[in-house]
Amino acid sequence: MKGRQISSTGTQTLPKAATGIQGLDEITEGGFPRGRPTLICGSAGCGKTLMAMEFLVRGATEFNEPGVCFAFEETPEELTQNVRSLGFDLAALERKKKLHLEYVHIEPSEMQETGEYDLEGLFIRLGYAIDSIGAKRVVLDTIETLFGGLSNQALLRAELRRLFRWLKDRGVTAVITGERGDGTLTRQGLEEYVSDCVILLDHRVIDQVSTRRLRVVKYRGTTHGTNEYPFLIDERGIDVLPVTSLRLDHASSNERISTGVPDLDAMLDGGIYRGSTVLVSGTAGTGKSSLAAQFARASAEAGERALYLAFEESPSQIKRNMRSIGTDLGGWEKRGLLRFVAARPVLTGLEGHLASIHKQVLEFQPRLIIIDPISDLSAVGSERDAKAMMVRLVDFLKSEQITAVLINLHSGDSNFEKTDVGISSIIDTWIYLRDIESGGERNRGIYILKARGTAHSNQIREFLITRKGIELRPAYIGPEGVLTGSARLTQESRDLEAARDRDQEAERRRRTLEGRRKALEAQIEALRSELDVAAQEEQVILLHEKQRLSRASADREAMARSRKANEPSLNGKAKRKQK
Amino acid sequence: MSIKSETGAATRAATPNPPADKIELRLYIAGQTPKSVAALKNLRRICEEYMPDTYELKVIDLLKHPQLARGDQIVAVPTVVKNLPVPIRKLIGDLSNTERVLVGLDLHRLD
Repeated sequence: MKGRQISSTGTQTLPKAATGIQGLDEITEGGFPRGRPTLICGSAGCGKTLMAMEFLVRGATEFNEPGVCFAFEETPEELTQNVRSLGFDLAALERKKKLHLEYVHIEPSEMQETGEYDLEGLFIRLGYAIDSIGAKRVVLDTIETLFGGLSNQALLRAELRRLFRWLKDRGVTAVITGERGDGTLTRQGLEEYVSDCVILLDHRVIDQVSTRRLRVVKYRGTTHGTNEYPFLIDERGIDVLPVTSLRLDHASSNERISTGVPDLDAMLDGGIYRGSTVLVSGTAGTGKSSLAAQFARASAEAGERALYLAFEESPSQIKRNMRSIGTDLGGWEKRGLLRFVAARPVLTGLEGHLASIHKQVLEFQPRLIIIDPISDLSAVGSERDAKAMMVRLVDFLKSEQITAVLINLHSGDSNFEKTDVGISSIIDTWIYLRDIESGGERNRGIYILKARGTAHSNQIREFLITRKGIELRPAYIGPEGVLTGSARLTQESRDLEAARDRDQEAERRRRTLEGRRKALEAQIEALRSELDVAAQEEQVILLHEKQRLSRASADREAMARSRKANEPSLNGKAKRKQK
Repeated sequence: MSIKSETGAATRAATPNPPADKIELRLYIAGQTPKSVAALKNLRRICEEYMPDTYELKVIDLLKHPQLARGDQIVAVPTVVKNLPVPIRKLIGDLSNTERVLVGLDLHRLD
């Protein structure tokens, strides 16, 4: 983002001097017009001087363009001190001949005018300063102060016109600051003289929260962002948030990380992608924070740092609550894998929050960040501002490959998809928690509304918060939809009973069949024994018959012998033998 | 009139006067512009007329010595600065109005 130099070789494009101010170069498409004066105006305390100084400092440090600052309101010492909080060391730059600070002061009490004069003295001083360090950039802060010190306004105006002409001729890129006047951009109408580029800064308070904004009022010969852009001043300088001009070029990871709830991982086809943005939304009491705590636990268990930004509860309260469901966040915090940052959302404006998140992220280097809840941020600014901030934040986190878990509370029965639509477009995975009211109770249901790049489950699952954490239950889908809670339990026991009944019936039938089989077998046995008996009888009869026959034959022989019957041959022999 | 920032003391050599009464004047000009010429002429005249023995005048041409402009916070030219006696007074312009010069330089008492 920093230092995008616009090629100054092309004749069709206006040469520009990059400001080095984050975001401003994107809005102005390259910076301020090179070699021409730019007017930065705004009411008191809106950051004019700071922006001008950052322009000089960045020029000196990043673009090797030394700068001269003519301060009409502050001494170099004061100026040095004021910008030290932004990390700018003016004294060191002065020593390196990269910067020249000069205080221009007119004390009306010791000043009298008599006759004709001009501001050649100022020109000479400026020219001398520019030459002494070879300056390419000049800041005049705030030249209108001259109008307070000198009474000849007409002469002053003519001289200022000459001054801006002279600055152009010198080819320096100048920044002139001016206080906002009544109905005009500056009190003395400087915008008349400085017509190439005018930037208006604004510091307004809406609902007791102040927001700084910046707008490019005009920029001759070039296109530029025309919106009002919020900006913030933090310890790294000015950070303009050019939401609409950000490029989408984050790297995307294929690595999956656990949500901390195995069943949910399964629903998400293995977890969420690293660096993706997860929205957990739901109505009050649906277990959003509990789910978020699981993300934190899973991250810590994997040995990765997680940052928990709490806007609603104090860290100790969160830790206590999560302990009650078996998630000991305090332990991870002690081991340095988890950090809580708690603040009321109204503590600062949106840009302040963004700044502090930036700072925490850079300091703690987390891999996961939980914001609980983001819905509170819209209490600070308008819905649109909050969205703009979220986009900016998500972008920042993505570029750092930090997984974000955003919790969003929405109220009651309102159409949640509409409520969240503001940010849904920047969300990769949207887990929705809802309560399911049935049978006189509320139960929690979870489903995945969207998960980019994931073949996710489409089921509504009931989830239970137990002492051991979060458990997902297999869904019971009956004629009236998903059954939860007692209804599910009833259905479960009913099913169980039916199963038992079925078992018993089967057993009974089995027994009956077995009985019948046994009876048949017995019958078979009886028949078989009958058969045996019959066979035996038959044997006996046969035997008896045989015996009878043999006996009868013996008897016949005996009878024949007794009759002395002579049987032909056989009988003769027998006769002989008998002799 | 000298263009160089010669420490052109008054045409009249400083007579031994109590230093406390000395009036130190510095006139800053930027080259030979009509305003500068007029200012120097007017200032010399006023000095000769009202404080002939006590003034010491330096003429500084900023085109030659631009670095000197910072010290006395010169913005407009011509400027005449009275460093001594205190309080410091500055007058800008061609010094055409003698009365205003005297008042402005806090020298009216000499009248």
